[in-house]
Amino acid sequence: MSSKRVDVAANAAAFIDKDDIHEPFHDEHLWAARMKRDAAARAVPEWEALRDLASQIKAHTLTHLDHYLELFEANATRHGAKVYWARDAAEHNQHVLDILSSRNINSVIKSKSMLQEECNMTAFLETRGITVTESDLGERIQQLDNQPPSHIVMPAIHKTAGDIAEIFAKAIGTDPNNADPQYLTEAMRQDARQRFLKAGAGMTGANFAIAETGSFVVCTNEGNADIGASVPPVHIASIGIEKLLPKVQDLGIFIRLLSRSALGTLATQYTSHFTGPRNGGELHIILTDNGRSKRLGLPDFWHSLKCIRCGACMNTCPVYRRSGGLAYGATYSGPIGIILDPTFDESKYSELPYHSTLCGSCTEVCPVKIDISDQILKWRKVMAEKKYLPISRRLAFGAAGKVFEHPGLFHGAETAASAAMKITPHFLLYNRSLNPWGRHRELPHFAKQTFREWYLQYKQPDKEPSPKEL
Amino acid sequence: MNLNPRDQVMEAVRSNLPSEKVAYPETPAFAKTITVMLPAFEERIREAGATLYKPASLAAAQALLEEQYGDASVICSATPDLKGNLDIHSIKNPHDLADVDVGIIRARFGVAENGMVWLTQEDLVVNSLGFLSQHLVILLQPTELVADMYDAYMRVFLDDTAYGCFMMGPSATADIGAVLVHGAQGARSLSVYLV
Repeated sequence: MSSKRVDVAANAAAFIDKDDIHEPFHDEHLWAARMKRDAAARAVPEWEALRDLASQIKAHTLTHLDHYLELFEANATRHGAKVYWARDAAEHNQHVLDILSSRNINSVIKSKSMLQEECNMTAFLETRGITVTESDLGERIQQLDNQPPSHIVMPAIHKTAGDIAEIFAKAIGTDPNNADPQYLTEAMRQDARQRFLKAGAGMTGANFAIAETGSFVVCTNEGNADIGASVPPVHIASIGIEKLLPKVQDLGIFIRLLSRSALGTLATQYTSHFTGPRNGGELHIILTDNGRSKRLGLPDFWHSLKCIRCGACMNTCPVYRRSGGLAYGATYSGPIGIILDPTFDESKYSELPYHSTLCGSCTEVCPVKIDISDQILKWRKVMAEKKYLPISRRLAFGAAGKVFEHPGLFHGAETAASAAMKITPHFLLYNRSLNPWGRHRELPHFAKQTFREWYLQYKQPDKEPSPKEL
Repeated sequence: MNLNPRDQVMEAVRSNLPSEKVAYPETPAFAKTITVMLPAFEERIREAGATLYKPASLAAAQALLEEQYGDASVICSATPDLKGNLDIHSIKNPHDLADVDVGIIRARFGVAENGMVWLTQEDLVVNSLGFLSQHLVILLQPTELVADMYDAYMRVFLDDTAYGCFMMGPSATADIGAVLVHGAQGARSLSVYLV
């Protein structure tokens, strides 16, 4: 895997500059999801209590994870599932390949799994002669366009219906000029069904794994995971070790939170519970670490393991909504991506923590109360300490550090900044390659008076400024 | 020390466990927001894209089925309460349900909060009936309702069934142009017969 540093700001600028359609469409639809989420949350009187409970249940499980993993394994095995363990992506992929090869299976259908994305599983299987078909419509669109998902819940949300009409025209022969979503969805349904019926195995991820019974839960709106689990004879589920919950009753809380947070709907159309193999089928569960145990040992960052992959933080993020998910160049994008991706590769994702305004909206909407914006700030510190900062930022932040250490310098700088603004050539501030962020923003006007000057002038208790002076 | 992957993962987890131990929280009994369940259930399942019928009896339900799906060539019922023309108990392979036009299943109970119905492997007989059928008819006794998901999970016994699904309507997607379309991969329509 290339560890070339992802230039997220430049990638975002490219998305914004593409045309006048994609970025506004993306922004608008994700904001609509955020508004629906707010309405759904408001309709539940105990919403905030649920967020607290969910956060505590996850914290409890993660601080006793060894116990719950053993319990899950024992119960899943008792119900007839075969449980495998994988330390990393390579071991995960090898388990999948071994299961398929030993049964002479050369075609699989899969529903959405962020873990399988993490493991780059599809490419691994395809180079070994196994056909992998994404069964979720959004994932299938991305697969046919040779792109990873850009959003964890809405994989192709950065594309317009027109883009998809073009992709389907090439891939399955639809009319390139017909961008009607109904028509395109129907065409893919017809194409996918043949693949469902031919597949030798169905693959899924899991939204939740229940230690008490050895079950796991998969939530979809299309029913595609259920087709994969009920039609082919073999079901393989990839489950990250952080997905565990202690008890079945915990689902009452988490199912209420998940889809309301994700899309503002009361639940997904299908919430499916698998406990051992179905009648006449096989069930294989691959419990995968892939960096999670290491993350558990990071005092500042282990709370990120509570994530239930709802995408609420992405929908609300003003930076994500304008950047598009592909700009992050990583499996996980948006605010949650910023705090997860560096645990896989600090150097490659060292720019991500700066791709945030630290407005804190992500933390406010997170259904399991992960302190996302605080963690983004802490990652900036890690990047600064490890000198991952690009040279321009290192100089700027270094200078700022000196100025803040010495109040005298700060006062001078404060008034000087406003003067400097007047003389800094516009081309330096808005240069395309020097500062991609500046291209779509104008700098604010500085106040005529600094706060300090204002305070010194009016600090006498009897001297109130008149409204005119303000 | 030569540990297998299982023991290595467990060892890695143990050595990285956070030093603070968080206790499992008490879940309070939240006040019920839904007191009259049937109207709430009806409203929610319609919002989820299903259609609702209230036949007066099983005979009326059978007549309704014939009226609604007179053109269907393959109707497969997993419940003795309604008759189709393909015997689910004769099915040996899930693929044999690929040409089913209408699948009929009796749900155990419904959830007023969101319009979900609970179906298990035992209710489906062959699980693929729920997902390969072009259209679904779900029978539900109108008295078999719970208020919300907390109560719903009190009636779910995962140790007793290999497969259970809360189904909330027909298959849906908004993956193209953020426009809602029914019939993405699973059933194109879902009719609930309250009987």
